Amino acid sequence: MIEFRSVTKRFADGTVAVDNFNLVLPSRKTTVLVGTSGSGKTTLLRMINRMVDPTSGTVEIDGADIGTLEPVKLRRGIGYVMQNSGLLPHRKVIDNVATVPMLRGLTRKKAREDALLLLDTVGLDRSLADRYPSQLSGGQQQRVGVARGLAVNPNILLMDEPFGAVDPIVRAELQQELLRLQRELDKTVVFVTHDIDEAFLLGDQVAILRTGGKIAQVGTPAEILANPADEFVATFVGAERGKRSLHLENHGHGDVLVDGDGRLAGVLVGAPTTQDKAGPASGPGASAPGVEPR
Amino acid sequence: MTWVWSNLDFIWDRTLDHLLVSVPPIILSFLIAVPLGWLAHRYRVSRGIILTVVGLFYAVPSLPLFIVLPFIVGTSVRSPLNLIIALTLYGVALLVRVVADGLESVDREVRQSATAVGFSARSQFWQVELPLAGPVLLAGLRVVAVSTVSLATVGAVIGAQSLGSLFTDGFQRGIQSEIMAGIVATVALALILDGILVLLGRMIMPWTRPQAAVVRRAAELKRVAA
Ligand SMILES: Nc1ncnc2c1ncn2[C@@H]1O[C@H](COP(=O)(O)OP(=O)(O)O)[C@@H](O)[C@H]1O
Ligand SMILES: [Mg+2]
Repeated sequence: MIEFRSVTKRFADGTVAVDNFNLVLPSRKTTVLVGTSGSGKTTLLRMINRMVDPTSGTVEIDGADIGTLEPVKLRRGIGYVMQNSGLLPHRKVIDNVATVPMLRGLTRKKAREDALLLLDTVGLDRSLADRYPSQLSGGQQQRVGVARGLAVNPNILLMDEPFGAVDPIVRAELQQELLRLQRELDKTVVFVTHDIDEAFLLGDQVAILRTGGKIAQVGTPAEILANPADEFVATFVGAERGKRSLHLENHGHGDVLVDGDGRLAGVLVGAPTTQDKAGPASGPGASAPGVEPR
Repeated sequence: MTWVWSNLDFIWDRTLDHLLVSVPPIILSFLIAVPLGWLAHRYRVSRGIILTVVGLFYAVPSLPLFIVLPFIVGTSVRSPLNLIIALTLYGVALLVRVVADGLESVDREVRQSATAVGFSARSQFWQVELPLAGPVLLAGLRVVAVSTVSLATVGAVIGAQSLGSLFTDGFQRGIQSEIMAGIVATVALALILDGILVLLGRMIMPWTRPQAAVVRRAAELKRVAA
């Protein structure tokens, strides 16, 4: 469990990036921080591995104030994946994945063996192991980034807009892959994005942020969608119009679902399902499995 | 040309002298410039001070330096050590800024991600920042190599042996081909050292030539097709 307690971050230039932030991030769940650019998402994420220290307040992991932990050691136990993969351009794919285990004292041989297995885990062909990052596609680089994040088998995985820079098709693929990984690995994932669709797809818990790291609403995707806290949230999730505001129309042969723009969205089949946490049931199509949200 | 053929030994010996006074300064100036460049890169205060002092140094004319230096360090004017120290100083003057700029050039995202995954400051410098500054350092080192080889000839004026001795001797005795031989040999030496540095760079920094893999793949394809 990760807990933010009255966390404020004021940078040296006076910018208040995060103002009195309180949030509990449950273990083995995915919490998504979603908000526009500059809303303090990255700052919040980096306070979990002490790349940024709060000006006031504390961040706790399993009840321990991380302010008392040694930053380098803390970071070596937490996975971190960032937007442009952040891979070391001068190291081969395999060595990028083996980097942190080796920093932790594993032999090169063992670290490389483990790294090959991790390439399998994230769905990368082993033939890519000896390439340099620049010789991979954007999507492949992100997979390597995820493999590197998982290399020390961390309990916590921090992801800062990891799929923000790849094209929509690859992004959808990577999102599904992450859902699969999360079902298999059961990590505490903190995922940052500005894309509300991505947030609803991946998040067990979603926190919608305004500027200054203020929480506009926090809850499951269904809770937020069904009951937006205010106008800001409603607009942000697009609940009032467009593709999320579906209504039934009868076309003589039966009912069809139509979105706010008048586009055919699908049909209503069977009763709503709610138990599958990682599946689309918790996403925007929760009550309509036949609906394709994109 | 007959002078050249009958004096190959002499030319070879001066070439060795030349290497003796120019290779150590190239290596030494690099070793000294790395920590200074790091200091200049790391702290804003030291950056101003170090880069200014070092920059001023480059403005000191070489001949007076060669003559004054022995009085400061206590070597004899003709000693190769005198020349080596002077050339090292020039190399340092040039390289400190290069090292600072090179470290500056390392992508911020890469640096942050290295911190994020748990590199300590020290391992990050040696394993990430210095290697990634490599291409810039190499470019600077090549300039230093060539300029050191050419500056070393000036030593002949104060009597320190080098390929420059072929100019001074050639002028004194009016042997045109000896002067020519001196020029050609100096340029050749500079080009050879430069080439060695380029090769070393390719060996140490294989990631700087992504084409290599493309070439390899093309070769594989050809093999498959055949
Ligand atoms: N190192 C820093 N120094 C000063 N201001 C910063 C720094 N890092 C972030 N900020 C500011 O803090 C605010 C939040 O930034 P950030 O956490 O990066 O937002 P997000 O990730 O949501 O885009 C922004 O206004 C940004 O300009
Ligand atoms: Mg950000």
